[in-house]
Amino acid sequence: MAANTRDIRRRIKSIKNTAQITKAMQMVASSKMRKAQGAALAGRPYAEQLNKVLVDVQRHADVTLHPLLEVRPMRRELVVVLSTDKGLCGALNTNLLREATAYDAQRTYFVSAGRKGQQHLARLKRRLLADFPLPDAPALRDTRVISKFCIEQFLSGKVDKVTVLYTQFINTLIQKPVARTLLPISPFDLPSAPKPGEAAQPGEAQPAKETAAEALDHNDYLYEPGPMQVLNRILPHYLHFEVYQMALDARASEHSARMVAMKSASDNAQQLIKDLTLEYNKVRQAGITTELLEISTAQIALG
Amino acid sequence: MANTLRLEIVTPLEEAYSEDVQMVVLPGVEGEMGIYPMHIPVMTEIKPGELKILKDGIESDFAVGEGFVEITQTKVTVLTDLAIGVEAIDEKAVERAIERAQSALRNAEALKAEEIAAAEATLQRSFVQLRLKRKTK
Repeated sequence: MAANTRDIRRRIKSIKNTAQITKAMQMVASSKMRKAQGAALAGRPYAEQLNKVLVDVQRHADVTLHPLLEVRPMRRELVVVLSTDKGLCGALNTNLLREATAYDAQRTYFVSAGRKGQQHLARLKRRLLADFPLPDAPALRDTRVISKFCIEQFLSGKVDKVTVLYTQFINTLIQKPVARTLLPISPFDLPSAPKPGEAAQPGEAQPAKETAAEALDHNDYLYEPGPMQVLNRILPHYLHFEVYQMALDARASEHSARMVAMKSASDNAQQLIKDLTLEYNKVRQAGITTELLEISTAQIALG
Repeated sequence: MANTLRLEIVTPLEEAYSEDVQMVVLPGVEGEMGIYPMHIPVMTEIKPGELKILKDGIESDFAVGEGFVEITQTKVTVLTDLAIGVEAIDEKAVERAIERAQSALRNAEALKAEEIAAAEATLQRSFVQLRLKRKTK
């Protein structure tokens, strides 16, 4: 006979407790995920405007001469790992850190944001230059510290390339670890040429539609103080914003991964409870049957 | 033609303002700029300060942080890290923020350069808000 009823009851109770916790974590993660996604979406109009300004600046100043775009032979690389602080989010960190481990230990410096990444890199004795805290709902000023550090490292020549490793949020079920080159800024990454080109074609098809004001809008801008100064300010700003967006993405991924992991944990717990309850009832019933048998046997023997 | 100007203020957190206005005054890095419709296209930077809007004869103020402005004949787009309407400014909260930043700066040697810069930026932004709030009261 299997375990006695008391043992089974105890196990059911403990699983119920666990299920309650995982259920609560799932709820928390899903509300946090919605918030993180909202924050990522809220940045859209800003990103679009920033892109527009960048596109135009490029027509006036030779961006390629800017030190932030300078391509140097790659000797040292800096990898920023945006991981999570807490576990219990499925394979998210495992997948991300596998990518991080793949970098050449000799010529790669690491910067970590998020405790899991920091612990992992420290365990592997990789060269960790800095560790930044990344709050649950990152603000621009939290990530600016990271991007600023990267820019400094790049401009000082200590590293020749900066890559950000983060988990891209595709949808609730799919998150993909992605490595994106932050520095040097590739001119191809900068939003540019295709947009005016695309705009030109419909424009040619129906030139009458373009009003005088719109035509004037396409005019050259006056730069104050000058294109180069604006560029000098806008490029770091662009980087700050990129890192901010990536951090938001990483957070959205984390919360959705945790939500999914916790949902399956709760489901498993429910299944276990169901199985154990069945087992419990069987044992109980068997006990009753045995007792009945004993009583009736005793009665027959006496009678 | 048009005697109004489309003003859009965008921050990383939201689209803070998007309406047709008669005039806008910006805190440019090289001094205040008053923009009327049909202004020559300009791309410029702003510093933390007050942004005045004239719409239907009513003047309203915003406190803005640093950022960029794109001006065309029909449209002004402000990209900034802070934009807050004067009525939304919470004087008490701002004062607390100033206090925190100042006390952080007092033991400045214990801080990293980055934290000092952050505290100073907070201070600057907070003062802008406070000045604006007090003036309009």
